[in-house]
Parts: sequence; C-alpha cells; structure tokens
Amino acid sequence: MSATVASSPGVVRRALHGTGARFGLAIAVVFLALTLFAPLLAPYDPYEQDLSNSLSPPSAQHWFGADQYGRDTLSRILYGTRTALLAIVMADGLALLLGGSLGLLAGYLGGRVDALIMRIVDVLLAFPYLLLALIIVAVLGPSLTNSVIAIGIIYTPQYARLMRGQVLTVQTADFVVAARAIGAGRVRVMLRHVLPNSFTPVLVLATLQSGAVVVETAGLSFLGLGAQPPSPDWGALLAEGHGYFLTAWWVATFPGLAIFLVVVGFNLLGDALRDQYDPRLRAR
Amino acid sequence: MANYVAARLVQLLFVLIGVSVVVFVSMHLLPGDVAQLLLGDHATNEQLHRLREQLGLDQPVWVQYARFMREALHGDIGISIQTNRPALTDVVTAFPVTLQLALASLLLASMFGVPVGVLAAMRHGSHLDTVVMTLTLFGVSMPIFWLGLMLLVLFAAGLGWLPVGGLMPIGLDPPHITGMSVIDSLLSGNATMIAASLRHMLLPSVTLASVPLALITRITRAEVMSAATADHVRTARAKGVADGRVILRHILRNAAIPIVTVIGLQLGLLLSGAVLTETIYSLPGLGRLMVDSILSRDYPVVQAGALFIAVVFVLVNLAVDILYAALDPRISRA
Repeated sequence: MSATVASSPGVVRRALHGTGARFGLAIAVVFLALTLFAPLLAPYDPYEQDLSNSLSPPSAQHWFGADQYGRDTLSRILYGTRTALLAIVMADGLALLLGGSLGLLAGYLGGRVDALIMRIVDVLLAFPYLLLALIIVAVLGPSLTNSVIAIGIIYTPQYARLMRGQVLTVQTADFVVAARAIGAGRVRVMLRHVLPNSFTPVLVLATLQSGAVVVETAGLSFLGLGAQPPSPDWGALLAEGHGYFLTAWWVATFPGLAIFLVVVGFNLLGDALRDQYDPRLRAR
Repeated sequence: MANYVAARLVQLLFVLIGVSVVVFVSMHLLPGDVAQLLLGDHATNEQLHRLREQLGLDQPVWVQYARFMREALHGDIGISIQTNRPALTDVVTAFPVTLQLALASLLLASMFGVPVGVLAAMRHGSHLDTVVMTLTLFGVSMPIFWLGLMLLVLFAAGLGWLPVGGLMPIGLDPPHITGMSVIDSLLSGNATMIAASLRHMLLPSVTLASVPLALITRITRAEVMSAATADHVRTARAKGVADGRVILRHILRNAAIPIVTVIGLQLGLLLSGAVLTETIYSLPGLGRLMVDSILSRDYPVVQAGALFIAVVFVLVNLAVDILYAALDPRISRA
C-alpha cells in the first residue's frame, strides 16, 4: 500500500505544520470569509456609478480609489471574490467530475476503453492549455460561464491521468480483491471501494490547481473572453485599468494585488499538501 | 535511438490527426450557419445555397473532414472574413512577432534562472536560498497581465524610461526581412533602429519571462541539490578537486539534462502563452490575432491559428524529447 492511500486527516494535519502552509491557509480562510461577507464589508454598492468621482485616487472615502464611472474599487474587489470562488468551484468541479470519471473508467475497465480514453487525453494534452481554452471559448462564445467551462475542460486530462494511476494502484489492494471474492458487483466495487480510496490525491490536485484557475479565469476576462462588464470580476477590473494606466494606476493595481495574494495562498497550501502526499517531491 | 525516433514520429502522426479532428469538430459545433456568417444577414436563400455547395457543407461530415485535411495540407485553411486574405497568411505574418517575444523571454529566463538556481542550491538553507525560493513563489503566482501593467505603470507612465507598447516607434520601420523587429533592425545596421527595437522588447520579454524564470530557477536548484549528493561528487571533493570545478564538471553536467528539457518545454508554452503579454503591450503577434479573430468571429483565422500553434507546439516538444533521448541513452532504451 502506498502512502497515497493513507488516511487524510493525519496527512492534512502534518501538511499544515509549516509556516508557509499556515500562511496559505490563513489567506484561503480570509478569502472565503470575504466571499461570504462581501455585502457587509463593502463600503459602497459595486455597481453604483458616481461620475463626479470618476478616476478619483485613493482617499479616506475610497481607500483603493474609483474607476472611470466613479465606482468604488475596494467594493468591486470585495464582490470580485465571489466570481473568483465561483470559478474555482465550477472549473475544478467540472475537471474533477469529467477527468475523475474518465480516469476511473479507464483504470477500472482497462483494455479498449482504457486505450480509447487515454488517446483522447493525449490529444487534449497535445494542445497548449491556453490555446485549448481559446478554441473552446471561440465555440461557446465569450462569457464567464463559458470561460469557466473552458478552464474545466483544459484541466480534465490531468485529473484523468491521476485518477487512472490511483485506480490501477488501489484495485490490486487486498480489500478490493476481497470484495470481489465475496461476490461484490463491478459497479459496487468501483464506487464503494476503489473510488473512495483513490480520491485524496485528486483533492490535493484540486487545491494545487485553485490558484491557477483564478489566474486563468481572470486572464480570459482580461482578454474580453470571460466575464463581461459591468461584472466586478478581477480580470475585467484589470482590463478596465489597462485603459487608464497612464493616469490612474490604482484601477489596475489593487485587483491584480488581490489575484496575486489569493494565488500565493493557494500555491502555498497546495505545495504543502503535495509534499505530504508525494514525499519524492519534498526536496523540491 | 532510430527506433525511438521512429516510434515518436508514428505517435506524432496520431496526435496531429487528433489535433486536426479537434479543430475541425470544434469549428463545426459553432452556433449558427457558417454560410450565413460569411455572407451576412442580407444574403438571399440562393446565395446561401450556392455557398454551402461551394464549401461542401451539404456533404457528409467525414467527406468535409477529408476535404478540410486535403486543403489544409496544401496550406489552404480558408479566407479571413476581416482581411479577405488567406487565413494562413495572416497567421504566418503574425508568427515572427510571437516567436521573437518567446525566444527573448526564454533567453532572459535561462540566463538568470540557471545561475541563481545553482547559487541557491549551493547555499541550501541559507537566507539567500529562502529569498530565492520566496521570489520563485511570487514568480509563479503573479498573473503576468498584472505584472505587465505594473511595469508599464512604473517604467512607462511613471519614470518615462521605456515606451508604452508596440514593436517600433511610429515612423521608424526596419526593412521587413524576418518579421522579427530586433533581428531586422540588427540586419539594417542602423544604431537608432537597433536601440529602439530593444527598448520596445525589454518590458514584454521581462513580463513573459517571469513564470519560466521561476520554474527554471526551481528545477535547477532541485537538480543541483540532488546531483550534489551523488557518490562521485563526494569522491571528487575527497580527492581535493576545487569547488568551482566540482560544480561545473561533476554536478552541473549531471543536472544539465533535466534543466535543458524544462527550458525546451517552456518554449512551446511561451509561444502559446504570449497572448496576454501581446495584449498588454499592443504587439501584433499570433495570440493577439487569435483573440481579435474570436471577438470578431473570424473563424477561418481562429482555425488556421489553432492548427498552426498546435502543430508548432507538438513539433517543439517532440524535438525536446528527441534531444533528451540523445543526451540520455537510458530514455530510448526504456
């Protein structure tokens, strides 16, 4: 039995021992709290325009300044946490569902099904991921939902490969052989015994990917292919700031800082979890 | 080795067929009718019918795919709706801009990443190591479109040292030879032109270099650290070989293969990942062309660009794999 099938609470507790991991966890907790309490914390309505305040610099009234329509940047960033969290949950969830199912089927059924699924995965991996996202958005049309679907699809191959590898390891374990021996059906063995015991590394991958999901959703929005105005999506805020960087530095600076902090947090957390699950990588 | 290359080439063929199917199928899933899209809303039924026949849209899908492949292999991937030029021509015109940016970034990232990684590994656990590792974490976490904007705010808007974007100042055009502004300026031998082209490339290449720089530094550090614990290194030290010589001849030589591979694999990613940098600095590269074509629904160009980038990406990665196998005989025998 490899360490990958170890019980998760102990591993998670060990992973959260380091300073970096705790810092990452703190950022993630603050981020989640902000998504919940954005309406209470935001000093202004994120959509409320006040043209007399257009592009006003940071001040006591507007800590992070205001954009070209006089909307409060801080309030827009706070509401933007919700889009970011939505993107993480939806894109990671989609990739996990699609990739996890494909990997489970490939690993468990083997043979032709395995060969077919893994060839599809190979083709998807042959595309640079950003290009694949662009093709998918081109087909579906630019919007937040579609950009999140695109990001979910580009991460699918990684989950499929990981899940397949896990299933191949787990299904030779004694308890799976025993379950088969007492006559448990294929589907039951797959869902009750193989799946739960293959799942933890997949969840680690999901944490590790969360930061990247935030950056990529924001990137597509920045290009005009994701969330559309007046949505307070962080990438869309940066795109607005791009138009004013010569005169109003604050419009782009603060949303970018928010993305940066969240990504640092998730990366620290993900690195710590990965080190626990894959001791070979610990030296790196 | 020959067998390995042959096997990889066969694999490449299948991947390329897969890539072409993905591009073909995705353009077929587009909402709406391609003929309607090409002719606009005022087209008559007869015009639409004639165009559908001309494009083969009335044929079965596999016939359409065969036709698409036949034409693609002859370099014909349709006509741009925007420019009325062959879509592939637009793509090939934009490519040198992206290639120049990707190569410049890779050069910067390797030039700084490898020495810094070696230094961090040799002083493993020191303050310097901690600072380097923290910076690499920032490097991989910083959205490059934000980094690009911040560099513009600081060096273009604030200090006024560097231009805000574009390849060259208006009115200063190097002769069009390779399509890469820096190379063309160098070929022209005009000092003003060379300086201007370099000034315009500085911020974009620093921006795009941030992620590969962090990755190359990390992998160099990790590989040097693991190579440094090998028995032959201890023997060399015990024999009294000088530090610098141990690092160069005994450690770096063994760490070099994975480092070179990571550098090579970055090139493919940079070629496709340049789109955000191109947008920030208004560079007329391939990524920007793709996004503009998606936004204006110029699908022939999207299709041509997607095929072109995917093929280049697959070929670059294949070249890196073969190089890797040539450097390390264990790979091709495995």
